[in-house]
Amino acid sequence: MKIPLSQIAHGRSGDKGDTSNIGIIAFNEKHYPLLVREVTAERVKAHFGALIEGRVERFELPNLGALNFLCYGALGGGGTLSLRIDAQGKTLAAGLLGMEIDADAAEL
Amino acid sequence: MIRIANGQGFWGDWLEAPVRLVEQGPIDYLVLDYLAEVTMSIVQKQKQADPSLGYARDFPPLIGRIAARMKERRVRVVANAGGVNPVACAREVKRLAPELKVAVVLGDDVYDRIDDFLGRGLDLKNLDTAEPLTVIRPHITSANAYIGAFPLAEALATGADVVIAGRSTDTALALAPMVHEFGWRPDQFHLLAAGTIAGHIVECGAQCTGGNCIADWKTIPDFANIGYPIIEAEPDGSFVITKHHGTGGRVSQDTVKEQLLYELGDPHNYITPDCMADFTTVRLSDDGPNRVLVSGIKGRPATPFLKISISYLHGYKAQGTIVYSWPDALEKAQAADAIVRARLNDLGLSFEEIYSEYFGANACHGIAAPANPQPAEVMLRVGVRGKDKRAVDRFTRELIPLVLNGPPTGTGYGDGRPSVREVVAYWPALIPRQEIQTHVEVVE
Repeated sequence: MKIPLSQIAHGRSGDKGDTSNIGIIAFNEKHYPLLVREVTAERVKAHFGALIEGRVERFELPNLGALNFLCYGALGGGGTLSLRIDAQGKTLAAGLLGMEIDADAAEL
Repeated sequence: MIRIANGQGFWGDWLEAPVRLVEQGPIDYLVLDYLAEVTMSIVQKQKQADPSLGYARDFPPLIGRIAARMKERRVRVVANAGGVNPVACAREVKRLAPELKVAVVLGDDVYDRIDDFLGRGLDLKNLDTAEPLTVIRPHITSANAYIGAFPLAEALATGADVVIAGRSTDTALALAPMVHEFGWRPDQFHLLAAGTIAGHIVECGAQCTGGNCIADWKTIPDFANIGYPIIEAEPDGSFVITKHHGTGGRVSQDTVKEQLLYELGDPHNYITPDCMADFTTVRLSDDGPNRVLVSGIKGRPATPFLKISISYLHGYKAQGTIVYSWPDALEKAQAADAIVRARLNDLGLSFEEIYSEYFGANACHGIAAPANPQPAEVMLRVGVRGKDKRAVDRFTRELIPLVLNGPPTGTGYGDGRPSVREVVAYWPALIPRQEIQTHVEVVE
């Protein structure tokens, strides 16, 4: 079945220059493998389309049941250069949590 | 055990937070983080206009307000409020709170040393783009090395009630009291990593106590009286994150995890002047209501470099808005945007970038936003950025006419023409550690 990522995870996003980092955290650590399988760097990049100009890199933090995504070229130049309202990427975690993922009932 | 509280996550954070931290319960140290990357260029400009300025001006009045309580409760303050003029900041603190002993940490400001560095073959190339600094040399407005916890700990060793630094790292502010109290050495990198991660958790103030928290945010109690974070630090590197009893907000594993992930790069290699911290070694456990125990942290030795934060005048930008109501609000806003672009083109004006957003439709998330076929209103925001100030200024005259000569229902232009703003940009670079020698002065 399809579920929104927000059903099993929360998160926070921010900036480092023109790179946005998006942290996605499983509410329950038993769902961490589901995050690892479903929330790939490729899917994150596709989800935001033209908003992310560069590549997306993923890091795993199994100790926190969390993934950290670095989205390069995601902030319109970043810092003071950016012309975007969300120049710090503060809303991007909420945007990613709206993504639909596949999950079996047994996994939830 | 020592209690280290953070009462300010940036210059502009809640003025009442540090006052409440000293009033509402026991703490030993109050740390205050005032500096963002572009703040240094703002204070540099203020100092050029008036040599007695160039620091976080909120800070001295705050110390004046809490000085009596600090003395009574033996609370000491560590802050990077000094900007590019820590001595002037300290003198103003002494004027408002003469009973306090104030020490400053100097040596981070390298604005006057840039040509010396370049002349000796240190190219200070941009960490992100690898361009050499010579590209922007004439436009530099400030340059500061990020300094770590040891110079701050040296200042605490003078017995100062208030330690004022310039561009110290955010994490060093909370680590310094641990180094001072527990006698941690530069080669004890697991302990330094633990203190660094403690500093990371609290450096954004209430962002670890329920502020900006996505997890169950509607159930977080009493935001109006949110408690700012307190580290209960132990000599073995373990610590508890908590807040004062009776305050609002929440400390839970969820709130702490969100802040651990905030502005994180490679979690294995969190680089500071003090150590490299490994976020994949953090262990969290519950320790009672609004208490999270953090342990298990490992680190590695610091690198031979320090990061330098250089700011420079890049160019100019302006952004303006018009609101369109339904029906067809988005279509009207898109039509208006096309007209503006056509007119700028007809004028022969060129920019580095023209960027348009549609508030109420998809400004924050682009195609990731949910579809909303008939929004009640949409705000068009058009921005331009470029090197030519006259072109940017001309752009500011092109939005308001649309109210009369563009699509229907344009409104919300009451603030008049947008203003042209300088773009001061940020240039990160590395420098060999031995180039930066800090020293401590007690200001009388």
